[in-house]
Amino acid sequence: MNTAPLIQIQNLCKSFHGRVILQDANLDIHRNQITAIIGKSGVGKSVLVKHIIGLIDADSGDIIFDGQPYSRMDRKAFSAIKNRCSYMFQHNALFDSMTVFENIALPLQEKFALNKTEIADKVNARIAQLELTEVAHMYPKQISGGMQKRVALARALITEPEIIFFDEPTAGLDPIRKKTVFSMIHRYHEQLNFTAVIITHDIPDIFYIAHTVHILDNGRIVFSGTPVDLEQSGDPELYSYTHGHEMLVDELTGLHNRVSLNQKLDALLGALDNGEHLAVSTVRIAGLRMVMDFRGNLLAHALIKNIAKCVRGLVAKSGCAGTFSHEVLVAAARTTDPSVLATHATALSRFFNSEAIQEFCAENRLHVEIGGILATTGDTASSAIQNALAMSKKCI
Amino acid sequence: MKNMFSFPALIGETSLGLVKNVGQWGVFSLSALAGAVHIRQLFPKVLQNIHFIGFKSLNIIILVAFFTGMVLGLQGYYTLIKFSAEGMLGVAVALSLVRELGPVLTAIMLIGRAGSSISAEIGIMRISEQIDALTTMNIDPVRYLVTPKMLASFICFPLLTAVFDCVGILGGYFSSMLLSSRSGIFFSKIQSSLLLEDVTGGFVKSFVFSFIVITISCYCGYFTHLNQASAGAQGVSNSTTSAVVQSCVYVLIADYIITSFLM
Repeated sequence: MNTAPLIQIQNLCKSFHGRVILQDANLDIHRNQITAIIGKSGVGKSVLVKHIIGLIDADSGDIIFDGQPYSRMDRKAFSAIKNRCSYMFQHNALFDSMTVFENIALPLQEKFALNKTEIADKVNARIAQLELTEVAHMYPKQISGGMQKRVALARALITEPEIIFFDEPTAGLDPIRKKTVFSMIHRYHEQLNFTAVIITHDIPDIFYIAHTVHILDNGRIVFSGTPVDLEQSGDPELYSYTHGHEMLVDELTGLHNRVSLNQKLDALLGALDNGEHLAVSTVRIAGLRMVMDFRGNLLAHALIKNIAKCVRGLVAKSGCAGTFSHEVLVAAARTTDPSVLATHATALSRFFNSEAIQEFCAENRLHVEIGGILATTGDTASSAIQNALAMSKKCI
Repeated sequence: MKNMFSFPALIGETSLGLVKNVGQWGVFSLSALAGAVHIRQLFPKVLQNIHFIGFKSLNIIILVAFFTGMVLGLQGYYTLIKFSAEGMLGVAVALSLVRELGPVLTAIMLIGRAGSSISAEIGIMRISEQIDALTTMNIDPVRYLVTPKMLASFICFPLLTAVFDCVGILGGYFSSMLLSSRSGIFFSKIQSSLLLEDVTGGFVKSFVFSFIVITISCYCGYFTHLNQASAGAQGVSNSTTSAVVQSCVYVLIADYIITSFLM
């Protein structure tokens, strides 16, 4: 079995009108794998992939395809590579003067010596598979955006290529169709064993089907590895990619996320003066995860937003507040006065003893525990939080 | 100091741009011509383009040709009558049409009707990535899009020029019938004075014009994305305008050059 990368991108550089898009980008794509390329909008993910298919020429650097460098490849060899590939465009690039059927049939008509019946059979089978039978005779402009996406997908798959590049295949699709597209790519990949390169923003959905993930930022690949490696990474920069949906919540509540909270607490513990402590208070809301799973994230978020106000109010600018897990919130403040801990506990108890919160907790079977410790320089963020949780007392 | 050099720099820049464009156009046109070796595969597309460039232009060509012939007849009659040579009206109308006005006006009408449309169509395909899609499918976009149009125009331009010539002569005859009782000698004089070289020269012109019109129209549309001054719909609009203006100018320049060789 050949374990060498199928495609190697080496030190690729590209600028448009003086604006650097790619700067020494390096990336390996392995055969028969699903490779995901993620990154913020406009960082050059499509530009990177368009170099492989020959739509854009690099300023410098090279691409090695199956051991053959593009820089020393003649037109015939490159044409043979293109015959092995298929590309699904971000904006579909369907031929607007052709019907859905003709769009899907075009690669077969132009590249294969098949008769009309054979072409019609293949195209109709693909059309049926992608639930496009009713619109087969229509023009792309007459069908919805989601359907256009599926037509583009059908066109990319019709020649059963060895390598398929998907440029945001789920952009503009509803959540149900998004899952259908990913599961379809996954299913076809298992059946046909092709190499897939997917540019996407659909996190975390893509992690469930991708074997390898590459993150492009500032013209360079800043991460290459498996989705598990990415999830386990403690890098706060990468955390924003894997937990992008949670980041929005964090911004709305004003609380630090887990990685950033740990970093902030470690920094506060390291900066403590002589005689100074870090008052770490924790609030554990047992059963909140169940509320998220069974009654919805929005309901749970409404409660967290209210608690966040209270928790943020406990800490001064020099302190910090954040979420340690879905059920644990943490507030930490530098202090020389050990009674601060009791003050925090009283304020939190007062909040949870209000009638509305009591009623909400009873209705949703939530139990609240409040804990706290005075951490010192020798402690770590994680140990301080664990110790504070160990000291927890039931509030509701 | 900067101003002192800006004018020569501008000339240099424009000249380099022009040379680059001409070179690119040359390569583009040759690629399209080279694609003609796949004529069998392209035949259905050539037929479609003959229908679009040729058949759909027939009405407007007939209309323009008829009135051009009538105007030539009218103007020629009042000029020739001063020299008592109104019997030569048929020759004057026929020679003007066959040698000059037929190929040139046909080309200009086709620039307006087909050239602009082809440029806009290819331009839209470019900005909506349809041409890139062909490239990724390993289908040569020049061969797929330009070659059938070129082959169709090689057939349509001379045929439409012939139609223009014939209808124009009929228009001239109609004019002469309205103005003179000696319209009978109109065709006999044409038969005795019009030479095969005149007809061949007209067809040579129409063939050259077809090459100029179709390659410039397709070229302007195909490279719409390289127009840095404008993008999107405005880019397509500029490409179309540029295709029409450049085609007209180069047709007239080519007309002068060919005429000077044929005379």
